[in-house]
Amino acid sequence: MKRFSILVTALLLSFAISGIGFAQSNAAPSVSDNPALEKRVLEVSNELRCLVCQNQTIADSNADLAVDLKNQVRQQLSEGRSKQEILKYMTERYGDFVLYKPPFNAATLMLWLGPFLLMLLGLIVLVRQIKQRKQELSKETFSAQEIERARQLLDRKLGNQ
Amino acid sequence: MRRYLIPFVIFLVLLIFLGIGLQLKPREVPSPFIGKSAPMFNLPVLGKEQTSFSPDQMKGQVWVLNVWASWCAACRDEHPLLVDFAKTQSTPLIGLDYKDKPEAARAWLKQFGDPYQLSVSDIKGQVGIDYGVYGVPETFVIDRSGVIRLKHIGPLTKDALEKKIIPLIANLQS
Repeated sequence: MKRFSILVTALLLSFAISGIGFAQSNAAPSVSDNPALEKRVLEVSNELRCLVCQNQTIADSNADLAVDLKNQVRQQLSEGRSKQEILKYMTERYGDFVLYKPPFNAATLMLWLGPFLLMLLGLIVLVRQIKQRKQELSKETFSAQEIERARQLLDRKLGNQ
Repeated sequence: MRRYLIPFVIFLVLLIFLGIGLQLKPREVPSPFIGKSAPMFNLPVLGKEQTSFSPDQMKGQVWVLNVWASWCAACRDEHPLLVDFAKTQSTPLIGLDYKDKPEAARAWLKQFGDPYQLSVSDIKGQVGIDYGVYGVPETFVIDRSGVIRLKHIGPLTKDALEKKIIPLIANLQS
């Protein structure tokens, strides 16, 4: 039984390892052997959205188009283009949506300012509520009877402890 | 009464926004090409590799560029519509065979019919990148002066063809 389980484990492991090998051979086929360049490729690709799998950057994605665009980034970086130039190249083709960090413009105004506006609104409501409550409390008057009753209740509570 | 009305109104507004959100199609990213010149390219013609095609040759007429590939399943869905389009419309239809093997592409056209005046082979996908292609099939309508007027992402539908593309072409031609 034990030998059998070892066999099964070994089999599963070999599958797992071959699986990993396959996945790696599939991902990013052309990686240059220049680590500094690869680091910059990663840096730029991390700012570009994969349009096929929209919640991933092209650095994270192995979709065909993402691999192509990564190669494009690598090629342009090795030709000496700057990050700004490459981001411009991509937005000219795929629009602002390709940028993982959306630019600040008329269309994205609410996206950038919305949370602050909501917080401001919340603060205004909060302050108004507190003021209103304070006013209500200060206006409230009690008769001698009510005060006597409150005192009795409080005394009883304290006495019980 | 007011106590219940305000949260109810807020809830309704939220509901409307969520409803609008459901109607949006996040896959259809607005193209930055609308109203801009179609990017230039010069690619070999599929099946006649010694000749090449460039959008320059289409100057002066309204034409349709359809991005397709033999490996693309959705292209098969829209293909009958394109065959029909080629039969009933006089507008030139040019195919951009995107990241495909020319032999496979030729076999595909043989099997399903060839609606294209000609197709060009974009084997490496560079022209696809220049046109901002991210989901094959895609269809562009380009006017007489070479400006992109419409981009349809994903397979064409009868609706899109009859209500958007054909009227737009008629409009551009008049």
